[in-house]
Amino acid sequence: METVEKELLALGFAEVTRSDKRLNVTVPKERLYETARFLRHESATVYDFLIDMVGIDNGDSLGVIYYLSPSQSPERLLALKTSAAGREQPELFSVHDLWDSALVYEREVYDFFGIRFVNHPDMRRIFLRQDWKGYPLRKDYDASPEVNPVPLENEVIADMERTHSITVKMGDRIETTGYIFDNDDYVVNFGPQHPAMHGVLHLRVALDGEVIRKIDPVFGYIHRGIEKMCENYTYPQILHLTDRLDYLSGTMNRHAVCLCCEKALELEVPDRAHYIRTIFDELTRIASHLLGWGCMCMDMGSITAFVYGMRDREKIMDIFEETAGGRLMANYNVIGGVARDIHPNFRKRVKELIPYIRRMLKEHHLLFTGNPIARGRMKGVGRLTAKKAVSLGATGPTGRASGWRNDLRKIDPYAAYAKADFEEVIREEGLTFDRYVIRLDEIEQSLRIIEQLVDNIPEGPYAAKTKAVIRLPEGEFFQRVENARGQFCVHITSKGDKFPYRMKFRSPSLVLVGALKAIAAESKVADLIMLGASLDYVIPCIDR
Amino acid sequence: MYSFTDITHWIDRLLRNSMTDGWTLFVEFILIGAVIMVAYALLALFLIYVERRVCAWFQCRIGPNRVGPWGLFQTGADMIKILLKELIRINRADRFLFRLASFMVIIGSICTFGALPFVKGLQAIDFNIGVFYLLAVSSLGVVGILLAGWSSNSKYTMIGAMRSGAQLISYELSCGLSLLAIVILSGTMQLSEIVAQQSEMWFIFKGHVPAVIAFVIYLIAGHAETNRGPFDLPEAESELTAGYHTEYSGIQFGFFYLAEYMNMFIIAAIASTMFLGGWMPLHIPGWEGFNRVMDYIPSFAWFLGKTGFCIFLALWVRWSFPRLRIDQLLNLEWKVLMPISLVNILLMAITVIL
Repeated sequence: METVEKELLALGFAEVTRSDKRLNVTVPKERLYETARFLRHESATVYDFLIDMVGIDNGDSLGVIYYLSPSQSPERLLALKTSAAGREQPELFSVHDLWDSALVYEREVYDFFGIRFVNHPDMRRIFLRQDWKGYPLRKDYDASPEVNPVPLENEVIADMERTHSITVKMGDRIETTGYIFDNDDYVVNFGPQHPAMHGVLHLRVALDGEVIRKIDPVFGYIHRGIEKMCENYTYPQILHLTDRLDYLSGTMNRHAVCLCCEKALELEVPDRAHYIRTIFDELTRIASHLLGWGCMCMDMGSITAFVYGMRDREKIMDIFEETAGGRLMANYNVIGGVARDIHPNFRKRVKELIPYIRRMLKEHHLLFTGNPIARGRMKGVGRLTAKKAVSLGATGPTGRASGWRNDLRKIDPYAAYAKADFEEVIREEGLTFDRYVIRLDEIEQSLRIIEQLVDNIPEGPYAAKTKAVIRLPEGEFFQRVENARGQFCVHITSKGDKFPYRMKFRSPSLVLVGALKAIAAESKVADLIMLGASLDYVIPCIDR
Repeated sequence: MYSFTDITHWIDRLLRNSMTDGWTLFVEFILIGAVIMVAYALLALFLIYVERRVCAWFQCRIGPNRVGPWGLFQTGADMIKILLKELIRINRADRFLFRLASFMVIIGSICTFGALPFVKGLQAIDFNIGVFYLLAVSSLGVVGILLAGWSSNSKYTMIGAMRSGAQLISYELSCGLSLLAIVILSGTMQLSEIVAQQSEMWFIFKGHVPAVIAFVIYLIAGHAETNRGPFDLPEAESELTAGYHTEYSGIQFGFFYLAEYMNMFIIAAIASTMFLGGWMPLHIPGWEGFNRVMDYIPSFAWFLGKTGFCIFLALWVRWSFPRLRIDQLLNLEWKVLMPISLVNILLMAITVIL
């Protein structure tokens, strides 16, 4: 860490501070691209993983925070901060040529804050309608319904949508518009209502016979503005929204927000809560992977496998119901611990579940993994190299299937993960089959974690005492957890109030759709659906 | 063994007594047509019920069990619902072809159904080129599917129809070649004659290894002809929503649905007629007592039993395997099944000569 700090100070214009484990670097907006390129290519530690971009309205200016991390040592964190001058036409230089994930992140910042990124090839809004007026996450946004009335007329989905971009050549600003598809492209809409889209993602695909030429994902069909809602909710209220992001890893998302608040409050969480949280996280992961496995099999045409996956997941839902009351939305973690103590049956049920899932895993391998048709379908398709995975920010099982070690449970253990002995499953090839089989292997590892923890849950209180009204101290807080799809991150900017000033969630699914674009090009249309399922994205997490 | 010709001749005599020969023929045609169509619809409804129960059994579910005893009337209720549904008019579709398509599919399948020898003495038409006729008429369906895909004015249906065209035309080859092996063995194309020749021993035993190979190839290729999983690319629910019949609603969709199930029945029935002796009981040369006992089992039980066995195989495969991709599908046909069938015909010819 020392060398990077020195190198950055040597640049002359960067202000460097340290707060808990991360480096904060502030640069003026003219020097942003220069610093980013330095960190990406030239510094001693190569920061090749752009975790997230957080836009923020500082009142007089609009700022952006780039969270960076080296892919080889993901426990190190660097926050690169800058702010664009003025509120009328704020502009920053795009970093999409350094990190592929910036392509979507910059569109998101543009959508919500109106900061335009020079050199970005496609400056469309990403979640809101193209004709939306105003930038919703700015503090002076006018939310009255007269500004953006609900359109009551039937609208034909246009294949030919315009893209905007700004480039600077020889000191001149050039604004250009282009089209996504050519006039003679055969564009097929997959979604927003489509049996194979897990949710309401809309893919526009240009086909040449059965072969895919171009993919353009359209997001935002179920965008609920959760980040905006958070600004008017107290912290305990916000917890309830997190389950609704990635509904298949609700417990883990909630865990992230709880950890972030506890870190800010410097709250000591009892060990019992840590153990229970960890077991719940792993149960959720198993449920999510089982469903992901089932969905992928169904997308290849094997409906029986899907039903089997659902059947096994049901047992976990029953355990949740007994202890937490909720099934899909367990609503169990609270700031300081968990909402209530575990049910007396909990241990027994979990111990019955472990051998059952192990037995069923064998059956699943027999039914599907060894099936010659399934093998033939997954063989040699959808290669995602480790370098591309890092550049796209494809964390979680997807990244690990490409050989990138990014499991936060190992790298930066939180809760009780340090007390359990388990392996981070890594595969090298990055093919569809690796992404398929890694989920089943991770279920096995999750079972190991649960097995070790469930008998050793320490006695004591299940939650720390908190004040009736929770106010976070002034500052910026950032927390990452490993959810079933990758790194789920929470950024909170607090002004010492009981509401956050700005809350940002990093969705691991958003960049996975970017990965779909990368791996599905030139493959068959039948594989598009399978590849999408192998990445296992969840749409409500993308459309926050 | 009891022959149904007694009943049919009795009806024929009754009609001839009361009207001229021309009218008798006319009334008989109408009667046969009506019986075939009713049997077709009822069998299809029952098959849908069976499929739902069997599929539920594979998937650890219960399946329909509320309407009637063991849910038997569920598909009847579904049919009433589908008859009452609105036929949605598709914007800018070719309406004539759009309507024609569903009829083409069902006509092809009814024509094939009509020529099957169900029970001893119960066969509507007994052509001397029966096998040829079955192959020719059953491939009418692909015209309907192509028309449906083309006339719906939708991209999903278009892709589905093109896939279907490629698939059906390819698999028709293996289907025909594997049946040809049996034609070589029997020396006739007449279905009644083929069944009669199996009175000593079924062809699958009589034809040694080539017959077994032909049987397996016919089951695979025939299964592909019915557009059912793992060969359901033309429908490919996960990418094309419903493939060539995406835009159809109400009873027009019902026609496709019925035809799909009846094609499954027809393929199974042809397989049992050509390889497993049709309605002929299991006879083993030399075992007189055993053969006599087998003869006590009525012929329709033999036919339905064998057909049911083949249908169960089809369901088993459908609910266990994932879907193939188009290139794998065509590879399987042109690089595996077709060469094997060609060699198999040669083998069969050698077996017959020896």
